[in-house]
Amino acid sequence: MLLTVNGDQVEVPNTVKTIAELLQHFEMHHKVVIVEKNAEILEKAEHTATLISDKDKIELVHFVGGG
Amino acid sequence: MLKIGNHEFSSRLLLGTGKYQDFDIQKEAVDVSGTEILTFSVRRMNIFEASQPNFLENLDVSKYTLLPNTAGAKTANEAVRIAKLAKASGLCDMIKVEVIGCQKTLLPDPLETLKASEELLKEGFIVLPYTSDDVLLARRLEELGCHAIMPGASPIGSGQGIINRLNLSFIIEQTSVPVIVDAGIGTPSDAAVAMEMGAAGVLLNTAVSGAKDPVKMARAMRLAIEAGRLGFEAGRIPKKRYATASSPLEGMSIS
Repeated sequence: MLLTVNGDQVEVPNTVKTIAELLQHFEMHHKVVIVEKNAEILEKAEHTATLISDKDKIELVHFVGGG
Repeated sequence: MLKIGNHEFSSRLLLGTGKYQDFDIQKEAVDVSGTEILTFSVRRMNIFEASQPNFLENLDVSKYTLLPNTAGAKTANEAVRIAKLAKASGLCDMIKVEVIGCQKTLLPDPLETLKASEELLKEGFIVLPYTSDDVLLARRLEELGCHAIMPGASPIGSGQGIINRLNLSFIIEQTSVPVIVDAGIGTPSDAAVAMEMGAAGVLLNTAVSGAKDPVKMARAMRLAIEAGRLGFEAGRIPKKRYATASSPLEGMSIS
């Protein structure tokens, strides 16, 4: 399955079916990650139930130092 | 106590988390500063290096109220999106609205700031706009329902201190929500002056993170803000043109 993640084209295995599994795939499931799927912001509680499909545009953002 | 929306704080220092040379110095500076509010930004993750440590993992975030900013936004719509992303973390309900209108001076775009603040208030955020020291803009932001007004002392990261004390004093006088002086603070005396003038708090970052000894500067800022606040509450003496003796003028046997 081909996704656009943070602007990059990324091939992920077809076993990755949900947002939660995608975060696991990128090894960021223990981190504070905020997810936007096709310009829709997801609450953390929605990660497990939200399915992903080919050509989805995913944004993964986090907190960085700033003033 | 500093009250912002439904939050209460005993420290009046809001500390930024950008540009520290390492996470350990940052942690120590944050501890020593006594701050209860940390600001930070929202950015894309590097998906190819997700194992990189993040500054939040080094701090006990449960001890702090998190104040994300919308830095990077050039329009109200971008600021609203960043604010919503931050809130979706489930870690915060306050937002520092920062819409930069000029990349050279990093001065805020007043119209987009107003628009973003209005939208975010409707969405139920606790809204703290970073604004220029414009007196009427500050009034408009308060009328919208903003929970604090954060005029800049001088351009972000410039360390020039309070450039327009008159405007800042007008803003403090007319505003009934907290006025937090944000950006441009360079020295502890700058922070103390802001507090002596009646500011409810000071938000700073570079003055600490960029100091030769950030931990020592964090402590200096804490003390300066406390001293400035005490001075404001105590009430300064009026300025006079000529001297008035401190020692009694009567009972002198010398003359």
